[in-house]
Amino acid sequence: MSTTKPAKNSLWADSWKQLRKNKAAVTGLIILIILIAASVLAPWLTPYSYEQQDLALGASKPSFAHILGTDIKGRDLLTRLLYGGRTSFLVGFCATAVSLLIGVPYGALSGYVGGRTDSVMMRFVDILYTMPFTILVIILMVVFGRNILLLFGAIGAIQWLVMARIIRGQVMALRQQAFVEAAIALGASRTRIIFKHIIPNVLGIIIVYTTLTIPHVMLMETFLSFLGLGIQPPMSSWGLLIKDGADVMETYPWLLISPALVFSITLFSMNFLGDGLRDALDPRFSKGRS
Amino acid sequence: MIKFILKRFFELIPVLLISITVVFFLIRLAPGGPFTSEKSFTPEAMARLNEHYGLDKPIMVQYGDYLLNLLKGDLGPSFQYPSRTVNDIIRESFPVSLELGALAMLFALIVGLLAGIVASLKPNTVQDHLPMGLAMTGICMPSFVLGPLLILIFALWFKWFNASGWELPIDRVLPVITLGASYAAYIARLTRGSMLETLPADFIRTARAKGLSETVVIYKHTLKNAILPVISYLGPATAGIITGSFVVESIFNIPGMGRMFVLAAFNRDYTLIMGLVVFFALLVVVFNALVDILLGLLNPKLRMHA
Repeated sequence: MSTTKPAKNSLWADSWKQLRKNKAAVTGLIILIILIAASVLAPWLTPYSYEQQDLALGASKPSFAHILGTDIKGRDLLTRLLYGGRTSFLVGFCATAVSLLIGVPYGALSGYVGGRTDSVMMRFVDILYTMPFTILVIILMVVFGRNILLLFGAIGAIQWLVMARIIRGQVMALRQQAFVEAAIALGASRTRIIFKHIIPNVLGIIIVYTTLTIPHVMLMETFLSFLGLGIQPPMSSWGLLIKDGADVMETYPWLLISPALVFSITLFSMNFLGDGLRDALDPRFSKGRS
Repeated sequence: MIKFILKRFFELIPVLLISITVVFFLIRLAPGGPFTSEKSFTPEAMARLNEHYGLDKPIMVQYGDYLLNLLKGDLGPSFQYPSRTVNDIIRESFPVSLELGALAMLFALIVGLLAGIVASLKPNTVQDHLPMGLAMTGICMPSFVLGPLLILIFALWFKWFNASGWELPIDRVLPVITLGASYAAYIARLTRGSMLETLPADFIRTARAKGLSETVVIYKHTLKNAILPVISYLGPATAGIITGSFVVESIFNIPGMGRMFVLAAFNRDYTLIMGLVVFFALLVVVFNALVDILLGLLNPKLRMHA
């Protein structure tokens, strides 16, 4: 065991070194850390509450008291943006966690067992994949009410398909490796091999596709909230803020511009970080191919 | 090849049936019937309504009836618009959505392919970074961000276009760009990637060695092979353009199926939701099959695996 450890460490250290050289990815990472920290610390960063209205004030331009201005109900836009970030990041992380919990074991099992089980399991994924899933999420939201927990589950339940496919491919390749054969020869159980030997080796790929899944998920939440089918007021979400801003953009354009910018910057950062991680961690994409 | 096509079309039936079944029972699971919101109904009127729409029958009978009517092409009445059937609504709104979707797809293909080719010819120069930077912007600006911003800038500030509507040809410009932009961006990235993979191949070197002009080498030899991933992306892109139309048609107030679906979702008009979902599912699934067949025609290797 002790002989393999330094090799593993240097692999992660190498990837980290490669990532640090990628300026776009590092910038993305820093912006994301700032945005996430600001969202989490929102209650301490702003003197206002996200639902506190000041109808007498109404929509006001950016000022000292309200750095990004206030919306038509006199709510502080910066506060609503920070709380919206909380919702959007929370949905992003939780729904991605759901997709990992389903997709990784499913893909690993399918790829590891192979044969008929594999083809049945993957056929199932293929069938689900061809279904128009955004529509299904909309129906779920309509039927069961606009519940945030359901939103996590429903979005996660879509995203696991991609994760399962990628993991399966990786596991199939790993299964042929000598160390897995050795574990089988030593009589390790199938569960043990999958969780102790296979999954740690696909961890890099899992990290890469997790960072690429989170923006997808956040996009979907924002999309639903924009249509009025996701997060409901008075809670705040970036989709809701963009929608509210778009409704009044003729008179109060700043109410559209700042949420739109913040959301786009978040997507930019996540995509750059995801691409950077892929270059650093996924051997198929490294060096000169991207 | 005919066997491959037939097989691909027979595979559609279970996918469609599963989609329809899932949606049908999900909607029936909803707490309260479609008329619960209108409190003015007396119990007798409620019973009459339920009887009229067959909602008093056991659920399996309703399911059977729905499938039978579906086979006849009848999607039933709309709860929200009692004077029109779901078929009427689709007949009116589909041409609008088809035009929007087709134009957006065309825009995405033309812009995406050109940008991808241009970028791949001189990798890591300005000619590459500029279109790829734009493509990244396109990916990070979803339709519900891009649409309102385009309206704000080009309709409200510059007054070049109308902020909404679908009457004049010029009304098509902003919605088509809004809907197509992120697909153009994705196609550009795909094209660049597969062009870069194909360009160093031996057969390209042979083509050059034969003294063929650079235009022929790029557009006839390289692109013909490099375009395969773009074609397989057309399936998911169609599904994306359909869901994108929900947003774009709502933003620009376009009387298409997407806006109809969002309204139906708001009004809990279950038959209309159901009808539109069946129609969307049919579109996506058939289009996916067509893409697979097209790929099979272009690449004989895929036919062997099927």
